[in-house]
Amino acid sequence: MSALVAGATELAAGALPAVSGLLPRAVDSAGDPSTAEAVLFWVLAPIMVIAAFGLLFARKAVHAALCVILVMISLAFLYVTQGAVFLGVVQVVVYTGAIMMLFLFVLMLVGVSSADSLVETIRGQRWIGWLAGLGLLVVLAGVIGTATYPDPVGLGTANESTNPRGIAHLIFGQYVFAMEVVGALLVTAALGALVFTHRRRLTPRLGQRERADARVRAGQTLAPLPAPGVYAKHNAMDVPALDPYGRPITSSVPRVLRVRGQEADAAEYAARIDRVIAGKSAVERGALGYEEQHQTPPPQADPAGASVGAPQIGDAVAGVDASAPDSEEGK
Amino acid sequence: MHTLTSVADGLVPAVTLATETVSPVGETVSGGIFAVAPLLVGLPLASAAILLLLGRRADRWGHWLGVLASGGAFVVGLLTFLRILDRPADERVLDVHLGTWIDAGAFHLDAGMRLDPLSLTFVLLVTFVGTLIHVYSVAYMDHDADRRRFFAYLNLFVAAMLVLVLADSFLLLFVGWEGVGLASYLLIGFWNHHMPYAVAAKKAFVANRIGDVGLLIAMGLMFAHFGALDFATVLDDPGAHASEGTLTAIGLMLLLAACGKSAQFPLQSWLGDAMAGPTPVSALIHAATMVTAGVYLIVRSGGVFEAAPTAQLVVVIIGAITLLFGAIVGCAKDDIKKALAASTMSQIGYMVLAAGLGPIGYAFAIFHLVTHGFFKAGMFLGAGSVMHGMDDQVDMRRFGGLAPYMKITWITFMMGWLAILGIPPFAGFFSKDKIIEAAFIPTDGAQWRAWVFGTVTLLGAGITAFYMSRLFFMTFEGERRWTTKKDGSEQHPHESPALMTWPMIILAVGSVGLGLVLSLGGRFVGWLEPVTGHAEHGEPVLPAWLLIALTLTVVIAGLVLAWRRYAVSTVPVVPPLGTSLTRAARVDLYQDAVNDAVLVEPGQHLTRSLVYADHAVVDGGVKGLAHSTVGLGSLLRRAQTGYVRTYAATMLGGLLVLLVVVLVVQS
Amino acid sequence: MTLTHYLVLSGILFSVGSATVLLRRNAIIAFMGVELMLNATNLALVTFSRMHGELTGQVLAFFVMVVAAAEVVVGLAIIVAIFRTRRSASIDDVNLLKS
Repeated sequence: MSALVAGATELAAGALPAVSGLLPRAVDSAGDPSTAEAVLFWVLAPIMVIAAFGLLFARKAVHAALCVILVMISLAFLYVTQGAVFLGVVQVVVYTGAIMMLFLFVLMLVGVSSADSLVETIRGQRWIGWLAGLGLLVVLAGVIGTATYPDPVGLGTANESTNPRGIAHLIFGQYVFAMEVVGALLVTAALGALVFTHRRRLTPRLGQRERADARVRAGQTLAPLPAPGVYAKHNAMDVPALDPYGRPITSSVPRVLRVRGQEADAAEYAARIDRVIAGKSAVERGALGYEEQHQTPPPQADPAGASVGAPQIGDAVAGVDASAPDSEEGK
Repeated sequence: MHTLTSVADGLVPAVTLATETVSPVGETVSGGIFAVAPLLVGLPLASAAILLLLGRRADRWGHWLGVLASGGAFVVGLLTFLRILDRPADERVLDVHLGTWIDAGAFHLDAGMRLDPLSLTFVLLVTFVGTLIHVYSVAYMDHDADRRRFFAYLNLFVAAMLVLVLADSFLLLFVGWEGVGLASYLLIGFWNHHMPYAVAAKKAFVANRIGDVGLLIAMGLMFAHFGALDFATVLDDPGAHASEGTLTAIGLMLLLAACGKSAQFPLQSWLGDAMAGPTPVSALIHAATMVTAGVYLIVRSGGVFEAAPTAQLVVVIIGAITLLFGAIVGCAKDDIKKALAASTMSQIGYMVLAAGLGPIGYAFAIFHLVTHGFFKAGMFLGAGSVMHGMDDQVDMRRFGGLAPYMKITWITFMMGWLAILGIPPFAGFFSKDKIIEAAFIPTDGAQWRAWVFGTVTLLGAGITAFYMSRLFFMTFEGERRWTTKKDGSEQHPHESPALMTWPMIILAVGSVGLGLVLSLGGRFVGWLEPVTGHAEHGEPVLPAWLLIALTLTVVIAGLVLAWRRYAVSTVPVVPPLGTSLTRAARVDLYQDAVNDAVLVEPGQHLTRSLVYADHAVVDGGVKGLAHSTVGLGSLLRRAQTGYVRTYAATMLGGLLVLLVVVLVVQS
Repeated sequence: MTLTHYLVLSGILFSVGSATVLLRRNAIIAFMGVELMLNATNLALVTFSRMHGELTGQVLAFFVMVVAAAEVVVGLAIIVAIFRTRRSASIDDVNLLKS
């Protein structure tokens, strides 16, 4: 805390000349605002009120949040103008920098699209709300109007050794106990937020290992599915890959295409590849229908497939060729 | 007898009779046979607890455990009796201290047992007759699925009755008093799946409660005036501690208690309905033992009554009324058990009357109680045997001519019949005749009392002879008026099994010989003298021989009348309309109607109005408050929409109001 | 212009912020309304600080900022938690306290 304050103090001390340079010299004014300050006020005040109404009327929560940020930054300006340099900086850092960002975070979490309907659901609440707001305004105006104020003293003497120092003296002197209590409150609030948002796990945590184990147990494919279109000529998404035996693997084609029936004819492509490799014509070999057989392992009785250690494409095609009549009969 | 006592001593080691005289009334003893005296209560109580707690697991052997517990209590009672008999007459009142029961500030009460001739007489009667009836019930309840529960209740009754008679204070007596009431309730309603039986049980319980209130009030008065409830303090010269008025009040309250328990006027209505219970229950509880507890209470509290002549007179009057009441009702009942119940009521009337006569009557009251316990229990068992043989038929107009079919029942019943009639030398003669004689002795020189009560007892004897003979003839003599069984088959009357007949035979033997044995040389009166005190024998207004002759005459007259009407002539199967007295007697002389009109209906009106008041005023107030709270709540609930924005609006509104107020106040 | 103008501006911002809280159903926007109200207060505090020539007002404004930061953290956490369970960022949907 003290480090923060010290940092803020230095920041403010460093920024002060620049800020003072930018703003009218209201900071030093004894009490009554200068003309420059009046100009600033009359520029900022309407903006702030409009922004505040923006909060009241904005349909989207993000717009409302932006309106509030606008009000807050304007307020920071007004603070600095009024000689509360430290507070002005803290306003920017804490309010706009932290709190409003937290608001925006939560907005994103809850869903920015949840546009808030302005249609009232509680009967009479709209009237009550307006009446209360207006009434408050009137009464506050009445209070402000009727109150008698002392002649403005100004912060000239109080801010003699710069404003942050003056505040630091008060916070760590007269109000040190309150400061500690507020610190404890902050810690408690953080813990409370943790507790609130903590969700107890209902099911055991599913890590990589657990998922893998579950896959093995379910007998699913462990490795990634083969990519479609392994051919140099047809590496389109709708062309199934071929397994080492030259049979097309249907599962390599994206499921969506398969459902839509936009899968290319695997057998035809296989045959065409065969022709390319073997130099034979497709007409001689005739049509092949392998679609239904792509998953079954090669027949054990296949002499060509069994005798060859490292499968050649030609062998694979021969194997396929040999099993073809069976599949025809199977159909 | 000496040998038996030695045996008793041998059974219990370390016989040290550390006798210590604490009061002129009783002697505190410990050790020896008296140390096992608590077993009298403990055995049946433990058996009852075992049977009830084990439940169905004890079904196979539970009844025999019940018999054993009762028999064991009898053995302990017999040993105690022999031991006491061994002592000189003036040392026969013993107190067995069991421990401090209540020690609350000024009130101190020890739990203890009073072993004296009176309580031991009851102990022997209860355990002996009780054991016989237990044995009888083994066979009688053979087909009942709940026989074990029945025996548990019987044992509970025996235990409670023994607590009642052995208690050394009114409070402990009250425990037993309530215990027998509970057992009676449970047993009357033993077949409580049958609605009228359950109602009868409730009726008996409620009527008994009224009497119990009397006992409670009496105890309260005793505590207020004597500061104690034990017999030793209260009964030792009560006149010194309380005024006669107080003692009269105590006496009347005790009488109320006795009326409730002993079915005396005006609380007698429950006894007839109590016959809903199984017959052994009627024999044990509602003939031989429990219903005589009232007599026991009056005799036991003799000291109080002697100091309150008015209360004593009321006792005699109540006895006389009940005596006639029961006798008249007994003449009209066709239900064999209800007729016997009416007879019981009447006989207890005799006892109460005798008990009201003072020391001169106590011994005879107890004497008649014992003999009545035998012959009435015997007759109830006989009635049970008849019902057993006649497919649970109880209407005497459906009996007749049963003598050849159940000879043992017939003969044992005849013994009981002759005993209750008072034919010499059967037991009833010795006991009842003495009561009649005592009733004719003027008390405090008041001749009219002797004449009135003597005549009532004499009249009662005649009516008793009539209705008991009626009962006997209608059941065993005359022509057969049997109906078919419930299942439609022919009636086949048969003798009951040996387990049922042997208790009847033993009780019949008692009915025959007990009176003679006990009255020879004034044995029984002398035995009770330590409790009842010696009675000055006054002279009856008529010579004793003339009284005996008169009594026998009215008895024979009643018997002959019954013979002519019910044995010789035909008994109509459908009850004839009869005279208005007969019709009244059939409905217990409108006792239930009177109770309903005088007590039940006003009570119901009172409770209804109270209920109404409760609903309208109390509940109305409470509910009104509740409703207004609910209404206010539902109004305020509208504010609680659950919408955050509404709450925010409310907060802001509040803030606005506050600001306006501040503004207005400031300016 | 006088310093009172700042106070009036502060009042306007505060009123608009409160109206936002009352009128907007999106929890995040309503929450931003609260932030706007806090900022309006801070402006008033800073103005008073200048008016009285004391830095205490600015210190108070500083504390308000810190507390606002804490509040935002917790508030947004609540909004996120509610959104997770109810798939909605509308504060009218969070009326389970009723019935």
